[in-house]
Amino acid sequence: MASPKSEVLQGTLDLLVLKTLESMGPMHGFGIAVRIQQVSEDLLQLNQGTLYPALLRLEQRGCVVSKWGISENNRNAKFYSLTRAGRKQLAEEAENWDRMSAMINRVLRTS
Amino acid sequence: MRELCRAFLHRLASLFRRRHLEADLDAELRSHLEMAVEGNLCQGMSPEQAHRQALLELGGIEQTKEIYREQRGLPMIETTLQDLRFGFRILRRSPGFSVMAVLCLTLGIGANAAVFSWVEGILFRPYPAVSHQEQLLALTGTARAESGPTDISWPDLLDLQRSCTLIDSFIVSKIMGTTLSNGDRAEVMVGSIVSANYFDAIGVHPILGRGFEPGEDSGRNAHPVTVISFQLWQGRFKGDPQIIGKTQRLNNVEHTIVGVMPDGFYGTFVGWAVQFWVPASMEENFEAGGYKLEDRSARWIEAYVRLKPGVTRAQAQQEISAVARRLEADYPETNRGRGIKLWPLWQTPFNNSGTLLPTLEIMVAVVVFVLLITCANVGNLLLVRSFARRHEMTVRLAIGAGRGRLLKQLLTEGLILSAFGAAGGLVATHWCSHALVLLFPARGGVAMHLPGEIDWRVLAMSAGVCLLATLVLGLVPAMQIGKIDVAAALKSDSAGVLGGGAKAWARSGLVMVQVSLSFVLLVGAGLLLQSLQKIRNTSPGFSTHEVLDTAVNLVPAGYDAQRAQNFQDELLERVKALPGVESAAFARMTPLSYRSFSSTPIAVDGYQHPSEEQPTVQYNEVGPDYFVTMGIPLLSGREFTRADDEKAALVAVVNETMAAQYWRGRNPIGERVQVEGRWMQVVGVAMDSKYESVREAPKPFFYVPLRQNFDRSAGLYIRTPLSPETMATALAREVHALDPDLALYEVITLQEELDRSTSPQKVALTLVGVLGALALLLAAIGLYGVISFAVSQSSRELGLRMALGADASNLLRLVISRGLTLTGGGVLLGTAAALALTRLLGNLLYKVSPRDPLAFGSALVVMTIASLAACILPGWRAARTDPARVLRH
Repeated sequence: MASPKSEVLQGTLDLLVLKTLESMGPMHGFGIAVRIQQVSEDLLQLNQGTLYPALLRLEQRGCVVSKWGISENNRNAKFYSLTRAGRKQLAEEAENWDRMSAMINRVLRTS
Repeated sequence: MRELCRAFLHRLASLFRRRHLEADLDAELRSHLEMAVEGNLCQGMSPEQAHRQALLELGGIEQTKEIYREQRGLPMIETTLQDLRFGFRILRRSPGFSVMAVLCLTLGIGANAAVFSWVEGILFRPYPAVSHQEQLLALTGTARAESGPTDISWPDLLDLQRSCTLIDSFIVSKIMGTTLSNGDRAEVMVGSIVSANYFDAIGVHPILGRGFEPGEDSGRNAHPVTVISFQLWQGRFKGDPQIIGKTQRLNNVEHTIVGVMPDGFYGTFVGWAVQFWVPASMEENFEAGGYKLEDRSARWIEAYVRLKPGVTRAQAQQEISAVARRLEADYPETNRGRGIKLWPLWQTPFNNSGTLLPTLEIMVAVVVFVLLITCANVGNLLLVRSFARRHEMTVRLAIGAGRGRLLKQLLTEGLILSAFGAAGGLVATHWCSHALVLLFPARGGVAMHLPGEIDWRVLAMSAGVCLLATLVLGLVPAMQIGKIDVAAALKSDSAGVLGGGAKAWARSGLVMVQVSLSFVLLVGAGLLLQSLQKIRNTSPGFSTHEVLDTAVNLVPAGYDAQRAQNFQDELLERVKALPGVESAAFARMTPLSYRSFSSTPIAVDGYQHPSEEQPTVQYNEVGPDYFVTMGIPLLSGREFTRADDEKAALVAVVNETMAAQYWRGRNPIGERVQVEGRWMQVVGVAMDSKYESVREAPKPFFYVPLRQNFDRSAGLYIRTPLSPETMATALAREVHALDPDLALYEVITLQEELDRSTSPQKVALTLVGVLGALALLLAAIGLYGVISFAVSQSSRELGLRMALGADASNLLRLVISRGLTLTGGGVLLGTAAALALTRLLGNLLYKVSPRDPLAFGSALVVMTIASLAACILPGWRAARTDPARVLRH
């Protein structure tokens, strides 16, 4: 509890989810949550519940598709996988993010 | 963009798979939790701890579901659907209230939409098929010597057409009744004599064949062609596709059918559906008075003009008046003192829009009243209900409903009510749109045609009314939401104390408005009733009950003057020989029928008219025994006899007023009067009677013998105690015996003729009466509601009074006096409004002042009785208050 945790930035959850699916392949909601927390080395405070509306939003936009399947320890779980549109979206958003963070960094350093 | 669309469709689709998606979400979250719990257990937590931690990380199942649902569906639509469902349930739970409110709204909206559809159909868009009606104006002549508008002569019209630059086209359309013979059937039909440009100028084109070609309206009897209506084509010709080129006998002349007009086109005459059209060149065959196309003094045309785009009526009138002045200078002997006038279509003087205008104005005023009363009544109903729902609203606020959400819910309920009301209203309008014609009798066997026009304006009006009602309905209970202090209200509601002086005031105000509005309607009904009574009791100056009136039109049958005279003589002999016939006579015109008498300039020896113009007097051509038959007493001299024929000296009978005006107390018998250049000797003075309207003031009038001024279209008058039906059979037999090709017009009593002339008054009275009664009922219900609510509210006070020694009759008096106070306030308001408004009744009133005390007095009595009736029941309940029971609570 000593290290400060960051809230997920507005609008970045979608990017995190897309990236996770790209690198890990089809995954269920719990898996995605755990993975994001692991990768951020538990520095990210993720309200896991917000993951589901985000997944639904991506599905509505056609970035991911979902399908019921069996998990590694034999449970029914809904698996999400990236679509072609989703990959394109990821590329665009990642690029946006890079540009944005670079710009913010520059602003922070110069002033 | 495509993404957004996709997302929206996705969301929309989810509305219809809610149950499935809910289960899916449930399963997904459950599997998530199970996995999380398993993971936590692996890390060595206790089962409870593992579960708690998993829930914590998820952020709560219900919360997750709620935000998930918002993302999934369309929350706006979902809550609206929810509101609708809830609204329906609430309204179903209090059916009395709902039915009452919907009925009130149906009545208000329906009455409004129906009347506005009549106004639309008769005044503003009378000819639905005609293009750009807003550019059309009616055209009539004026004469300094006559009060009303006159017809126009054909040469004058041609001159106007040549000289006016601001007017696109002059459109002649003169209505006429004609016998249409087809094989053995002869029917009276409505036709129209038109200029050749008629169909092109009004922008209605035939569906078969052609309209009239330029030039077909000139040349005496040169173009026997006709265009027929869709109805005639479908009915009489059974939709014959080969109809073009066939011939039809019209007034005994074969006409070639050259065109069929589209369905829904009824010509351009408010009141009648025109069945066929002929060009003006054939005028002589249909109109009395010979060939008139080259006669500038023969005024017979009714016409419209179409303005060029952007031209105003004032500009066009200026130009036309200039031309009319030039005509006056160029043709002084025919045009002196005459002008030309343009009228907006809804004031067209020569068709029924002019006659119906005052009635329609009153109808509009009355239905607006009814609408106001409706709104007041529904508002009152809602106020009562808002007390009943106060507790519900408070509870809903307490468990966390937003005020906005409650407001939306209430508005939705209002919307449901008014949607039902509007739907009911439109159904009622649909039924009523053609009902106006039911109030008017057929004339001469041809039914009137007065369609309503339901169109977007009427619909928009109803929708507007609906919206207004929704606001009123929605806002009444909503007003108090803002004021509710949840904690206090929850506590005090359970104690059953209802405050709200402001609300009581609002309810009383609404009731007073209702009372005052219905008072105005009652006064109006009273005034109209008295007028009608006065009209009924006014003697027209001739017998009405035992005199029958009919006609055999000889013009269409091709009779010339000589043959017609012989026929009339023979028929008269046969009729007089019939059992029960006391006397009979021919005359050209029936008094008090819708047509106006001819008038003519006259000159009298030794009489100098105050102005330069020759005085004009109306006259009638009558046969022997006319005065005896009609029961018009002769004050001196004699009536016409068979001896007053073509060969005898010209004679005339004048009426009292004419004698007084032109001979100033001298006895006119034996004096001379000059009519159209012919000198006639006055042989008799007849008592004044009514000529064109029962309401007219005495006016000069004279009679000339029919034989000396023969007209083939004369009517037959028979004095007999027998009924018209009995007489009709006998008459038809006699006519048939003389000529099997002739058709007899309907046989009616002069009383019937008189009744028909008062139909606008009757329509207005029926409407104001019916709606006034309804308004009275609504006001009484409103009053009852307020008083009984006040009684139930003040039962403690009543109980206390009783405990302190008041007896039942004291309490009864208390309640009733409260009701009468409200009524009194309403009546005061109503009196002020009625004094200002009854003048609107204007010329529908006859010999009754708009401030007639009898009408006001009887309205007061009726209103008082109604409010007493409304107060009796609550008063009786108050008087039976049991102090012991009431005070214990």
